Amino acid sequence: MVVDLLDREDTDRLFAALADGTRRDILRRVLQHESSVSALAARYAMSFAAVQKHVAVLERAALVTKERRGREQLVRGSVDTVRAAARLLEQYEEIWRGRVARIDALLADGPTGPRPGGAP
Amino acid sequence: MTVLDVRRDPEALTITVTAEFAAPRDRVWQLYADPRQLERWWGPPEWPATFERHEIVPGGVATYYMTGPDGEKAPGWWRFLAVDPPVSFEAEDGFGASPDEATPGMPVMRMSVRLDETAGGTRMTSVSTFASLEQLEQVVAMGIEEGLRGAMGQMDALLAAG
Repeated sequence: MVVDLLDREDTDRLFAALADGTRRDILRRVLQHESSVSALAARYAMSFAAVQKHVAVLERAALVTKERRGREQLVRGSVDTVRAAARLLEQYEEIWRGRVARIDALLADGPTGPRPGGAP
Repeated sequence: MTVLDVRRDPEALTITVTAEFAAPRDRVWQLYADPRQLERWWGPPEWPATFERHEIVPGGVATYYMTGPDGEKAPGWWRFLAVDPPVSFEAEDGFGASPDEATPGMPVMRMSVRLDETAGGTRMTSVSTFASLEQLEQVVAMGIEEGLRGAMGQMDALLAAG
């Protein structure tokens, strides 16, 4: 479970990292394939330094890893962290499937909702 | 028959659930607007929800608690940001007794619900946005037993009882 993976400080960092649209976009890209910071910087209407800053925030949240190769800094998405979130979302989906099933049952029950003494 | 489409976005921590109900929109709206009806479907059977306050107006607050299998109570609240009956609402969803007593720095979940009239009844689109993995985990912990039991068997039982 994620609790084993992340302590409170980690989750705070993760939350802050994902709260920004540019960072989510960077993360999506580097999850698909690794990319250098300069290649990333070319995609956004902001300075190299600004993009580098975003990458650093993602790195502190363990969402990406950075590796120096020659003159380039290669950024790669950390699949494990994102996978942990995906697993939890799957479980949350089950909660909603349960809700929808209960709504169906309620609606089948009659047009005015609970009947006296009829609640399951 | 309910049509379900579920879209998950693990990076943005959002989940979008689309369902279609064979009932008029006003009727489906009542499932949210009437706390007595809301209690019958919001919480899973192992964690039923009891709403103590339910002001479905912009700026209004709902407070509820969910009661666990061992009698433990988990309080929660909603704060309605926008309400357009019987079409849509948007609310914050947090843990704790009320928004005023919310723990500072404690993440708040955002939910938006939209009801559209269709030829067969009403289509509901519900978007939940989580602020953090930790929060998502807390929410899931309260509903996971239901997930393990399987929602389908439960639906059959409810239909047979109704």
